[in-house]
Amino acid sequence: MSAVYVVSHNIISPLGSTTAENFSRLKEGVSGIRRHDDEKMSDQPFFASLLDNTKPLLREDSSVPYTKFEQLLIASMSDALLNSDIDVRDKATALIISSTKGNIGLLGTGTDDPELMKRIALPSSAAVVARHHNFINKPIVVSNACISGVLGILTGMRLIRSGQYENVVVAGADTVSKFVLSGFQSFQAISPGLCKPFDRQRDGINLGEGAATIVLSSQKKYGSGIRIASGSVSNDANHISGPSRTGTELFQIMTRSLREAGLQAADIDFISAHGTATVYNDEMEAKAIGLADLRSVPVNSLKGYYGHTLGAAGLIESIITIQSMKEGLILPTMGFEQIGVSEPLNICSSLLRTPLKNCLKTASGFGGCNAAMIMSK
Amino acid sequence: MNHITANSVICHNSVYKDGKALFGNKGADPAGFLLSVYQHFDWQYPKFFKMDNLSKLGWLAAEILLKDVPSARAYLPWEMGVVLSNANSSLDTDRKYLASVKEIPSPSLFVYTLPNIMIGEICIRNNFKGENAFFLSDSFDTDFIVRYVSFLMDTDACQACICGWVELLGEEYGAQLFLIEKRAGEAPAWTASAPPAPLAFTGENIGRIISEGHVKTKIPEK
Repeated sequence: MSAVYVVSHNIISPLGSTTAENFSRLKEGVSGIRRHDDEKMSDQPFFASLLDNTKPLLREDSSVPYTKFEQLLIASMSDALLNSDIDVRDKATALIISSTKGNIGLLGTGTDDPELMKRIALPSSAAVVARHHNFINKPIVVSNACISGVLGILTGMRLIRSGQYENVVVAGADTVSKFVLSGFQSFQAISPGLCKPFDRQRDGINLGEGAATIVLSSQKKYGSGIRIASGSVSNDANHISGPSRTGTELFQIMTRSLREAGLQAADIDFISAHGTATVYNDEMEAKAIGLADLRSVPVNSLKGYYGHTLGAAGLIESIITIQSMKEGLILPTMGFEQIGVSEPLNICSSLLRTPLKNCLKTASGFGGCNAAMIMSK
Repeated sequence: MNHITANSVICHNSVYKDGKALFGNKGADPAGFLLSVYQHFDWQYPKFFKMDNLSKLGWLAAEILLKDVPSARAYLPWEMGVVLSNANSSLDTDRKYLASVKEIPSPSLFVYTLPNIMIGEICIRNNFKGENAFFLSDSFDTDFIVRYVSFLMDTDACQACICGWVELLGEEYGAQLFLIEKRAGEAPAWTASAPPAPLAFTGENIGRIISEGHVKTKIPEK
């Protein structure tokens, strides 16, 4: 089966419009999360990482009225494709769009434009984005709660390995709407302040907005030296809105991913965790990391910088991991002070310079889903 | 070689297994019809009543699919995958949730505003812990699903997999599920045109079953 090389990537977030801009802000310890008082979004103030709506996302004016979600995808793909030699008009190039809620913000806004309302259905919205960039193939849309981003990359890896495509562009985005914010508030899952992943005082998530794109290829000549080595998905089969109590199901796919990549636990140099900063998610992840015998491996969560960007999160965090591998630099976990999970994990709390060869990315979400993925240099 | 060893259909107020009609209840609205299916088969599963209509539809279609298929129970939890798709995600419940936001946002509705919750419900019922994926497409992309699931099976990520299409929006609904196994099955003559031979897991065979199953796999034109 062909190897799957990372060709290029992009992140658009409140911290910047390229991967390089984002990474340099993270190194400076800058977070995109602020307090917001916006009655249209929430009766009470809330902390979130929101894009500045006064700044245009696209340089050119378009005859198509793109939604914010679509503009994010288009802009992120433009930058990632600019940095690659991939031909999107090639039948051998696929497009995967990953999102948890897409254009859901349009619902209930009173817009009566039927063309726009149609694009609440993600396949319609993805088609508009694909057309903008002149893809020949119909986009594949992944929407699997908070593992959507990682599952998007894994789907791309699998499509390349199956021999159907040589190149896959995986783009994901989500925006913060009253719909999503009120839902997490109703679950008592939103932190009243800045989120604190894996910390003793952790008390919930912050939401965030962003988009990211990663371009994959079976052609080594396009590659940047980093491969998507392996990955798997599992279900807890326990509860639709609460994670596994044991972490066994996430542990299982960590082990399976190691086996698939021909690696052992000792080969993993770094774990980019989901680390949402809810009591139960972080505890479950800690148990899985313990079961996998990865307790001493440096772990971080980027939720303290970006908030939880839902369908973009797995992509953003994987791309930051790729950048970490290039620079040999692990970022600290913003918001973390004192270990608050039952396993003595090695939570990274300051900039750590170390060579990184094999890195593990994890994600979990509502519906009991888990994803694990290994990136190798 | 992977095979289609069972299929189930719920549409037009009727339930089919391997092409045979098992139950019908004309005249009921979707919620009433789904309840009548549950009651007819007398499944004792109180969690059913908490589910939204999309999850109920997917859950019922999976129950019908796995009914009287002992081989489906023989797999380890990690060996069974569930890969589903539809066009409108969870929009039916999204609308209901948003209506609740005007009063008090309902967490029990919000949790169903994700299409993969239905996969979670099927996994909880059957203790399936393997591969999951939810894909959206404007109509059932049989070629893609066959390719994706075949890859999972051929690389031993799954030993068996439930895959298919489960769509529900307002009064429109349709579910079409397939059980994919490596074994050849009992060679049932499911459909008029299918030969009584093991049915290979191909886009052509999936397409043939769909064409005889009468499930709408397109976005309803509003």
